[in-house]
Amino acid sequence: MAAKKNAQFDPVNTLHEIEEKFDMFQILNEDGKIVNEEADPKLSDEELTELMERMVYTRILDQRSIALNRQGRLGFYAPTAGQEASQLASHYALEKDDFILPGYRDVPQLIFHGLPLHMAFLWSRGHYLGSDLAEGLNIFPPQIIIGAQYVQAAGVALGLQKRGKKNVVMTYTGDGGTSQGDFYEGINFAGAFRSPAIFVVQNNQYAISTPRSVQTAAKTLAQKGIAAGIPSILVDGMDPLAVYAATKDARERALNGDGPTLIETMCYRYGPHTMAGDDPTRYRTSDIDSEWEKRDPIVRFRTYLEAKNLWSEEKENEVIERAKQEIKDAIKQADQAPKQKVTDFLKIMYKGDMPYNVKEQFDIYTEKESK
Amino acid sequence: MAQMTMIQAITDAMRTELKNDENVLVFGEDVGKNGGVFRATEGLQKEFGEERVFDTPLAESGIGGLAIGLSLTGFRPVMEIQFFGFLFEVIDSVSGQAARQSFRTAGKLNAPITIRSPFGGGVATPEMHADSLEGIVASQPGIKVVIPSTPYDAKGLLISAIKDENPVVFLEHMKLYRSFRQEVPEEEYTIPLGKADVKREGSDITIIAYGAMVQESLKAAEALEKDGHSAEVVDLRTVQPLDVETIIASVEKTNRAIVVQEAQRQAGIAANVVSEIMERAVLSLEAPVLRVTAPDTVYPFAQGENTWLPNAADITETAKKVLDF
Repeated sequence: MAAKKNAQFDPVNTLHEIEEKFDMFQILNEDGKIVNEEADPKLSDEELTELMERMVYTRILDQRSIALNRQGRLGFYAPTAGQEASQLASHYALEKDDFILPGYRDVPQLIFHGLPLHMAFLWSRGHYLGSDLAEGLNIFPPQIIIGAQYVQAAGVALGLQKRGKKNVVMTYTGDGGTSQGDFYEGINFAGAFRSPAIFVVQNNQYAISTPRSVQTAAKTLAQKGIAAGIPSILVDGMDPLAVYAATKDARERALNGDGPTLIETMCYRYGPHTMAGDDPTRYRTSDIDSEWEKRDPIVRFRTYLEAKNLWSEEKENEVIERAKQEIKDAIKQADQAPKQKVTDFLKIMYKGDMPYNVKEQFDIYTEKESK
Repeated sequence: MAQMTMIQAITDAMRTELKNDENVLVFGEDVGKNGGVFRATEGLQKEFGEERVFDTPLAESGIGGLAIGLSLTGFRPVMEIQFFGFLFEVIDSVSGQAARQSFRTAGKLNAPITIRSPFGGGVATPEMHADSLEGIVASQPGIKVVIPSTPYDAKGLLISAIKDENPVVFLEHMKLYRSFRQEVPEEEYTIPLGKADVKREGSDITIIAYGAMVQESLKAAEALEKDGHSAEVVDLRTVQPLDVETIIASVEKTNRAIVVQEAQRQAGIAANVVSEIMERAVLSLEAPVLRVTAPDTVYPFAQGENTWLPNAADITETAKKVLDF
């Protein structure tokens, strides 16, 4: 028997009411105009310029990385173009001592948090020294298992809380990641403990080839946070000011003891999922691509900054040249990394004394490798 | 010294380390107010507060991730998986993540996590509670796996596990929790991980076992004694890494061996032990090394347990086959 619709009992309406509340938060529109003056985070001229520099740098890094990958000079690479605002503007709201638990596409944030570029390249190539993290660099290496970083972030957040630190942990996954059990467990744990975590869902529309529409019946991914009882927001992920403002707000709330926040950044990845073989033309059209390119974060931020006399072609070229030079130098440095030995692997397998099997194999390989 | 059951010794180990190191945290499902479904954490929350001994939401992967994240901020998590059959819910955190922490960070970060969990048959639990899944975790490099068989060992090994810089899976056989008492020192002491213990000396055959099968093996050794055979019983205590020195020394002394495990023949640790003996001591052997195990079926429902689990009679019978070879 179908239930009668009334105010007391109408779960369908409840769902719709919640979904209707998730308007997309935007500050800077596609034309580079401020459309939400009240929410403008009022970054200083230096900060605005720095954020732009990071985004341009990252676009160049992406282009070069794709080229280097095709030349066989890089290994695993997940393209980032289209996600610069989502990645760099969210990171820009963090402080040095905050933690980042990245997904595999979130290498730019690690670099701007302090991971040397040549190490990012080593990681891409599959060299163990690519994750030989410096003391005090509060990051994890990029996570490969979808969602694993979410439950771990809940643990880091609880740790920071127990230590009484004025810091947060930020973790990233994609739209596909929100289908994983770990996504729910992570946000639920952090919510239950009211821990200082910021969960970023970079909704770039496709989990490899599976479109967002096949991923879930939920109208937004942000609303999934509501079930865990945590503040959640849907942001224009190609608007750096909106992403920054939302993250800054989440960070403040976390530091005030008000627990975690979920931020869905609506964005787009122009490239393939990774350079390892998926072909975006199989699952999306050039019309869709160009539709999203109109919303490009760098184009709109450039227009905005130029109107404020903070940006010029000359300035952009400087950043591009600097990026190219640094990438070149970093590749050279990565080329100089020592050849990996099995004894290196055996040495880092366990902390402390080697178990008998590892010790035996260490001796065997020491002998082999001395020849 | 006090007379303690294994579960009291386990509680005492956690109490000792909570006292000794403020970075030790104990958490899991129902470990706080309830003191754990087996009362392994009884009284700890009252003594050390909710900040250090706490209940989590019901989600094993979340508990595993929580432990990894906490270890990244300098804590030494002692997490409980309520029953080891729930391992599958947390296998990524245990085998996929914690185990590779040191390796994937070139040795810079580690995961000093202790993963405690009850397991083992003969106590009529529902499905997915008793299964012997030690082989699954032991096959993952980066983890140590400990299975005590006595109260004394349990305390010393658990303290070592908590102090270890690597993830340690510490499996507590449910049937042993309250089956007997033993003198256990109230102060801190450690038993090194990776060291087996000769629980009974003998000269004719070595019976290698772990967990509840150590007690069955000791019973079998007594039965064999009555028939004039002197059996040595080696308790592995740590099943990953194995103490090959003790195993080989014993086999070289007795020239005959059987390996006993509660797990199915295709699971567990016994096959590994046999391989080590074959590689290292084949010329000492007077007979093939045989295994005593459960059959290769899914773990049976409660009323089927006792016909399924290996016992002292099976061990005696197999030992005799080897002795008569």
